[in-house]
Amino acid sequence: MSLGEGSGRPSIADDKAQWLSEKANWIRLSAMSMTNHAKLGHTGGDLSSADILATLYLGQILNVDPNKPLLQERDRFVMSKGHCSGAFYSTLAARGFFPIEQLKTFMEPLSMLNGHPDRNKLPGVEANTGPLGHGLPIAVGMALAARMRNEAWRVFVLVGDGELQEGSNWEAAMCAQQYSLDNLIVIVDRNRIQQGDFTESTIRMEPLMDRWTAFGFAVQQLDGHDHLALHQAFSSVPLEKGKPSCFIATTIKGKGVSFAENKPAWHHGVPTEEQLEIAQRELGVEATW
Amino acid sequence: MVGPVEAEKGELQKPQMSDCRDAYASMLENLAEQDARVCVVINDSLSSAKMKDFKTKYPLRFINVGIAEQNMVGVGNGLANGGMVPYLCGASCFLTARAMEQVKVDLAYSKANVRICGMSSGMAYGQLGPTHHSIEDIAWTRILPNLTVIVPADDVETAAVMRYSLHHEGPMFIRISRIPVPRVHRDEYEFRLGKAVKLRDGSDVTIITNGVLVSRALDAASLLEQEGKSARVLNMSTIKPLDEEAIVDAARSTRGIVTAEEGLAAGGLGGAVAEVLALRHPTPMRILGLQDVFAPTGSAEFLLQHFNLTATGMRDAALNLIAERT
Repeated sequence: MSLGEGSGRPSIADDKAQWLSEKANWIRLSAMSMTNHAKLGHTGGDLSSADILATLYLGQILNVDPNKPLLQERDRFVMSKGHCSGAFYSTLAARGFFPIEQLKTFMEPLSMLNGHPDRNKLPGVEANTGPLGHGLPIAVGMALAARMRNEAWRVFVLVGDGELQEGSNWEAAMCAQQYSLDNLIVIVDRNRIQQGDFTESTIRMEPLMDRWTAFGFAVQQLDGHDHLALHQAFSSVPLEKGKPSCFIATTIKGKGVSFAENKPAWHHGVPTEEQLEIAQRELGVEATW
Repeated sequence: MVGPVEAEKGELQKPQMSDCRDAYASMLENLAEQDARVCVVINDSLSSAKMKDFKTKYPLRFINVGIAEQNMVGVGNGLANGGMVPYLCGASCFLTARAMEQVKVDLAYSKANVRICGMSSGMAYGQLGPTHHSIEDIAWTRILPNLTVIVPADDVETAAVMRYSLHHEGPMFIRISRIPVPRVHRDEYEFRLGKAVKLRDGSDVTIITNGVLVSRALDAASLLEQEGKSARVLNMSTIKPLDEEAIVDAARSTRGIVTAEEGLAAGGLGGAVAEVLALRHPTPMRILGLQDVFAPTGSAEFLLQHFNLTATGMRDAALNLIAERT
C-alpha cells in the first residue's frame, strides 16, 4: 500500500476493515520511523492507539475537513495522551491536514511537530496536551460549547488508562454527567501499561467499567484493534441518550510488533534500524518515508 | 480621589466605597447581553463571585463545575475552542494555585481566549488565613508567556477592564478584590491595556501601585505634600504587558520609586518594575509588600496596616528613599 491515501471513504465492511487495518499499520510504522529518526518518542502507546485513530480519522467517523480545519461545526477530537504524537501526527498527515513529508521533521529544531501537539502550530490539533489529565476537561468544555450554541458536532477524546490516575479526569467526568453531555465520547486506550509498569501493579484501574458507569457514563468495552467493532461503536453514539459515552478499548501496548508487545520498557522505547526492519516485515507495509 | 486620611481630618466628606465585584458582575451581564458568546464558569462560587443575577438571566450560558478548579480551567479552554468567550469566576487563591498547570498549558501556552476573574485576591479574605489569601497570584501569573495580567483599582476601572476584555485576543487574568475601595478614576475613564495611569504628577518620588492600594498611594502623596515633597502616583493596573516607558520616565523624572502591592514583594509588581529598571535605568527603590512571609491572623484592613500597605507606610518609605538620595 502506498502512503497518503488517507481520505478515501470506505463503506464499512470486511474489505474496508482490512483497508483500515493496513492504514493503521502504516501509522504504526510511520510513528516508529519518526521515533527512530528523532531518537525520542512513545512507541508503545503509538502502537496501541493506531487502530482507534485510523478508525476515527480515516474511517470517516470524525466530521473534519483538512482544508478547513477550523470550521465551527466540525467534530472535535482531543488527543489527551499527547505523548503518542507519533501516531497522532501520522494520522493527521494521512488524513491530509499537512504533507506526509513533514513527518520527517518530528522533534527537529523549530519543527511544527513538537514532542507533544501544539494547536497553534499544526492544523488539525485541537488542544495542547502532554501533561496528563488535561484532555477530558477540555473535551467537556467543548461539549458544553456545542450545547450552548445549539450545534450538532460531537467531541471525541482519547485518554490513556494510566492517565486516569490524574484526578482532573474524574472532576471532568462528574461535570459531564451533571450536564448530560451525550455529545461527548471518551475512548480509553486500555493497554494496561503505564510509563513505569503495568497499571494494575502501579495504581489499580479496575473495575474500570464500573467506575465509568458509576460516574454516569454509558459504557461499552470493545477490542481496540478490531476496526469493524470500533467503527460500529463510534457510529452508534451516544450509547444512551442523555449520557456521555465511554468506550474502553482493550488494546495491546506495542501492538503489531513482536518485540514491543506488552513490554513496559517500550513505553518510550526507541527502535534501532534493525528493529524498524523487523517491524516493517511484521506490519506488512512499505517503508514510510 | 479622596481617601481615609483626609476624611479623618474632616476636610472632606467620607468617600463612597465600592466593592469591585459589583462592577465586574454588572458589566459581565452587559457583555452577555451584547454578545451571545459570553459565558460564565464558576466553581461553586455563586455568591463569592456575585453571579446569582447572571445565572438567572443567562442560565444556558452559566456552568457550575463544582469544587473542581483543574476541570474549570480545562473547560474554559474547551468553551473557547468551541466558539464561546468564557469567564472563569472564582476565588483567586484556588483558581491560580490549584489549577496552575492548567492555567499554564490550557490557557497561556494554548493562547486560549479565556478570562480568569480571580476574586477576593490578595489578603481580602483576612481572618480566613493564608490558605485563602492569594498573595502569590501576581508572581505566578505574570511569568507565563501570552497571559495578560490586570489589577483594577476601583469600580470604574473594573468595569472598563471587563468592557475591554470582550475583544481581547488571548488569555487574561483579572484580579478583583472584595475590599471596599474609594473611586480613583473619573466616570469617563477608558482602560488602555499596557498603559499606566498617571493619577498625580510629582518630581521627588514616584509611587507605583495598583488595585486596592491606589487610593492609599494618593493619600500618601497628599501626606508627602504636607512634608514639602512632591510625589507622582502611577496606577499600574496592567502588570503584563508592563508599561516600561512610564516606569523609565518616572525613574528619570523623580529621585526614586516606591512600589506597593497587596501580595508578596518577591516576583510581583515591585519585581516587575525592578526588572525594567535594572536593565534600562537603575534606580533606588522601595518594594512594599509581604517580605517572604505568610500573613498572621487578622482582618484585611488589619493586615494591610500590619504590612505597612497604608498611606503612612508609603509616605515613610518615600521619605526614607528621598533622604537616601539627598
